[in-house]
Amino acid sequence: MSRPLVLRGGEVLDACGRRRADVVVAGGVVRAVGPDVAREAPSRAQVLDAGGCVVAPGLVDLHAHLREPGREEAETVETGARSAALGGYTAVVAMPNTEPPVDCAAVAQEVLRLGARALVEVAVAGTITVGREGERLAPMGELAALGVRIFTDDGAGVQDGALMRRALDYARGLGVTLAQHCEDAALAAGGAMHEGACSSRLGLPGAPAAAEETMVARDIALARLTGARLHFLHLSTAGSVELVRRAKSEGLSVTAEAAPHHLVLTDAACAGYDPTFKVSPPLRTEVDVECLRAGLADGVIDAIATDHAPHAPEAKDLPFDEAPPGMLGLETALPVVLSFLGLELALDRMSWRPARIAGLAPRQGGPVVEGAAANLCVIDPAATWTVDPARLASRSRNTPFAGWTFTGRNRHTIVAGEAVVVDAEAQR
Amino acid sequence: MTHLLSVSDLGRDGIEEVLRVAEAFAEVGTRPIRKVPTLRGKAIATLFFEDSTRTRLSFETAAKRLSADVLSFSVGASSVKKGESVRDTVETIEAMGMDALVVRHASAGVPVQVSRWVRRCKVVNGGDGWHEHPTQALLDCFTVRQVRGQIEGLRVLVVGDVLHSRVARSQVLAYHALGASVTLVAPGSLLPASLEGWPVEVGDDLDAELPKADVVSLLRLQAERGSGAFVPTLREYTARFGLTARRAQLLDPDAVVTHPGPMVRGVEIASDVADLPQAVVTRQVTNGVAVRMAVLFLLLGGAA
Repeated sequence: MSRPLVLRGGEVLDACGRRRADVVVAGGVVRAVGPDVAREAPSRAQVLDAGGCVVAPGLVDLHAHLREPGREEAETVETGARSAALGGYTAVVAMPNTEPPVDCAAVAQEVLRLGARALVEVAVAGTITVGREGERLAPMGELAALGVRIFTDDGAGVQDGALMRRALDYARGLGVTLAQHCEDAALAAGGAMHEGACSSRLGLPGAPAAAEETMVARDIALARLTGARLHFLHLSTAGSVELVRRAKSEGLSVTAEAAPHHLVLTDAACAGYDPTFKVSPPLRTEVDVECLRAGLADGVIDAIATDHAPHAPEAKDLPFDEAPPGMLGLETALPVVLSFLGLELALDRMSWRPARIAGLAPRQGGPVVEGAAANLCVIDPAATWTVDPARLASRSRNTPFAGWTFTGRNRHTIVAGEAVVVDAEAQR
Repeated sequence: MTHLLSVSDLGRDGIEEVLRVAEAFAEVGTRPIRKVPTLRGKAIATLFFEDSTRTRLSFETAAKRLSADVLSFSVGASSVKKGESVRDTVETIEAMGMDALVVRHASAGVPVQVSRWVRRCKVVNGGDGWHEHPTQALLDCFTVRQVRGQIEGLRVLVVGDVLHSRVARSQVLAYHALGASVTLVAPGSLLPASLEGWPVEVGDDLDAELPKADVVSLLRLQAERGSGAFVPTLREYTARFGLTARRAQLLDPDAVVTHPGPMVRGVEIASDVADLPQAVVTRQVTNGVAVRMAVLFLLLGGAA
């Protein structure tokens, strides 16, 4: 068991509000929270300065590609989790599109085993269909028995409407959530970027917003039909936000996430044909960015999820239309989000709400109170940071934010009572 | 000029400079000994990751007439087939001491990427995906100017598969920069998704547009586009957008008909029409050499 800890001089901010308080952690749980509780800490406790900082429940990422097994040259559970911890995350949901994919107990157990040694809690998502091939249901019950709570064929959507309907019906009885990557494969076929003015000028094949929106609309109808829980991954268009807004006002049990890059970048970033800016779904237009931000502010978008998608340098050194889509996200997400969103709302959308969607609450994202699991981040809202790809903890370098300077950054991260990041340095 | 990646790198002044220099070089092609020592000691590589006959031959002829050494690289005979990346290929070839690389690739943007990977080589876009084919547009302008005296004020009709055409994108930029007005005529399924920012009009009735046109630029309809994916049949395409013998009679007698080649006679242009004096396809090919000589000369500075 790790040393007791004292987080001294900060303000605590959780779903219950904001107050000046020290936090004492021992045995993996919060022992005391209050203005002057530091003196209650054991004398051998490690003291972490939180002056000028906000102590909050750790961030929870619903959408991280950790690439292991199969693509260890791009990322491993260990390096991905280290990136997450540096970014202020205390838990991540590992996406199942590994090689082989997480479509059976053996692969899920392997990722869970790797995750048990990682710096943050690693929850595993399973696939909806065997091999992510969209043909037969994966053994969701067998995976749910191992604790898997989210199922997705992410990287692609389930194209067959009848199969998706059956998956939703089946999932309902298990109490798990299906998460859809909404993209009609035929409409998006060959699309290397958002279809619009930029793609037309650049001569790159585009994927229209309609490729996403038609599947969002179909799946809302299926959620209505089945009553099952459905989560929309990385929504990227104004039309998708409107569809989900209506579905929620109707009372359907749907949730949605957006990725940081879709909230600050547009398709104009592709003008230099740099595959770093190629991502799926693609960067859209100014109007889409505005509507996503509005949806985030009014709660149509429940969560910000990174879609952290590492790729080895040689994979991104290809012609734009041949390069794989994806961007790093875990280390930059919080600073990017704080560039346009207040800290309270940012934490709501990056910690406690996603923790509930992932089925990890209140162990993750729960209020910072006596007896709570000690999964915390300490954010310095005034720290400035310039992104240097070479210094990221990820094995890959494909960040679209190279050279950007941000204000507001994670300083310390506490996972299960252990200080895994101190002063923006990983401790192991 | 650092590189020639897009017609927009040139601007009006740059285009006019290329055309002016090309005029001087056109004369070289009429001499008994068609060679000048201008680029002696310079090395130019043609890197064609996508098959092309005329563009490659035209660039290589241009380089040789300028006395440059030419290295010819094609994918069929190369290490690309063994899995080498474009970047490694480019770096390897530059390391052999090249001064300019002419790059053709099926993917849009590859010449732009190559320009970031080279250390000191000049990069010429020899056609990239659906993006641009700047030297084709320059030789079209050169040819039209040769016939009509000037480009300013001309009405240019670009007909056919604009969506998949790198030629059309370069032509729109070049003709517009030189003061012509451009109208696109194409089925909706072969127009780009958005024409926002394009200085063009769009027409859908070729019969109505032809009598007003000073220049008709026909684009090749690739056979695979006629398989029902973009137009129902080639026959229907020809009926609506082909320059048939009947339609050729609607043309102004002074109109100029261009085609980037290779022509598919009977689809976008009737065989008889291709042989009319208004069709300047062969002259385009001849002028292509002079225009590419001008581009190489302006990039490599001429000093050996």
